[in-house]
Amino acid sequence: MTASVSSHDPRADFPILSRSVGSGAGKPLVYLDNAATTQKPMHVIETVDRFYRHENANIHRGVHYLSMNATDAYDRARERIAQAIGASHPAEVVFVRGTTEAINLVASSFAGDRFQPGDEIVITMMEHHANIVPWQLLAKKTGVVLKWAPITDTGEIDLDAFRSCFSEKTKLAAFTQVSNALGTINPAREMVAIAKEFGAHVLVDGAQGVAHGMVNVAELGADFYAFSGHKVVGPDGIGVLWGRRELLDAMPPYQGGGDMIARVSIEKTTFRESPERFEAGTPNISGAIGLGAAFDYLDSVGWDEVRRREHELLEYAFARMSEVDGLRILGPASIDDKVSVISFTMDSAHPHDIGTILDTEGVAIRAGHHCAQPLMDFYQIAGTARASFSFYNHRDDVDRLMDGIAKVKKFFG
Amino acid sequence: MDDLSDLYQDIILSHNKRPRNQGELENATGSAEGYNPLCGDHIHVYVHQDDSGKVDDISFTGKACAICTASTSIMTEAVKGKSREEIDTKAAEALEMLTSKEEPTFDLLEQGDFAALAGVRQFPARIKCATLGWHTLESALKGGEMVNTEKEEG
Repeated sequence: MTASVSSHDPRADFPILSRSVGSGAGKPLVYLDNAATTQKPMHVIETVDRFYRHENANIHRGVHYLSMNATDAYDRARERIAQAIGASHPAEVVFVRGTTEAINLVASSFAGDRFQPGDEIVITMMEHHANIVPWQLLAKKTGVVLKWAPITDTGEIDLDAFRSCFSEKTKLAAFTQVSNALGTINPAREMVAIAKEFGAHVLVDGAQGVAHGMVNVAELGADFYAFSGHKVVGPDGIGVLWGRRELLDAMPPYQGGGDMIARVSIEKTTFRESPERFEAGTPNISGAIGLGAAFDYLDSVGWDEVRRREHELLEYAFARMSEVDGLRILGPASIDDKVSVISFTMDSAHPHDIGTILDTEGVAIRAGHHCAQPLMDFYQIAGTARASFSFYNHRDDVDRLMDGIAKVKKFFG
Repeated sequence: MDDLSDLYQDIILSHNKRPRNQGELENATGSAEGYNPLCGDHIHVYVHQDDSGKVDDISFTGKACAICTASTSIMTEAVKGKSREEIDTKAAEALEMLTSKEEPTFDLLEQGDFAALAGVRQFPARIKCATLGWHTLESALKGGEMVNTEKEEG
């Protein structure tokens, strides 16, 4: 069994993990789709519940008690998150719907505003579609050129090859901190440094990194960092674009509407500074407050404890899966170079068939291309099966996964 | 367990392991590509029709999951040598069996391998895998437009 230094088992904080799934009495849920979305602890659920039961009001526009309190809570959430990610000022934290919207915001208001035809943007072969498609749309609209940094056979960045994509034409590098499909931890700080040598700005996709306690924007040295709340035990529909304040304040608005203006007249409208400039309309107030609560919760568990538990699960699962004949794990060969994500294929069964068989055993994994089709093309496969572990999973969950894999082999040989 | 056995019957597993009518068809009079971007099923269906419109030969290629591979393999066996009218009836029956919440209005026992796919209905996430071959056949007979499961209705 796990030799835990902590007496408290975080699994007990996540009510959904005690349910069963499937037809009839079902099977106890084994949730191993954490890279898609994480489950929510009682602290987050109760915070959002309390907001709607007792505190709900619109923000920034009321003179009444509830509105002022809601505004305070929203602002405190921003401060809480700014502190959690190492931002130098809360104004650098823009609330958005998620990573996808954060990247689109940068593509539209930053790159779209200042890049010229022929300017280059470097991305990598392992990006999620959210960090590909906004740049392709921008390229089509403005004539900027996308450069794709190659990856190695083990799904890792080769820094020399990465460097060779840069030139004086490079204006932006946009890459993921952690591969969602493979779990690869990229050498993000070194990659940022390379981009900076060429005078390029840098956006880091933190959708996966954030869940493993890897966010410190001050240390990272990038210009933008994007992540989603739902991947870090927070609510969905809320996320963060962190940006350097001087860049944000120089960017035109992303959407127009209420709350983002300084003064509107028939002739002319002036805009507020960041972050309000980018938060047109009533924001996801409960989501922001819930995300603040998520970081509070993770602090109470402790990031070291989160990482320790996840690494232990990864080590155990990696060892057991490596013993299975006909099962191939994609990505880094060493578990020290990856987060607790295991992407695999089986000789005898298609990922979707693996997913269905595991599902009937109550084991939830992801099967498919993981919104990273260029990466799948690189490996010349249609997709993989992906088991992703969170700190609230147990070794028993790995055992149930292995039982499911044995069943796949029974059906497909 | 019973549910899963319904889905992965021996018949399905056998068609998956040794798909019938596999390969590209020389002298095809029609062909179409079918793609399910959600799971990556990707197939090509080739048909040869004689002067009367009868499909006297059919084949398929592609990389797909067991459900899609078996369903497409079974489809080729079910329509080979059939007239257009017979194929339209068969296709309607197949789609009814695979997608309807009601019991089929035709006798499954008379349908041979074809009936093995009835278990798919219990797995909503997999229905599109099973219907792809039939939709791609339809397209191959009607001009060959690419079939993408995420563009079609329902």
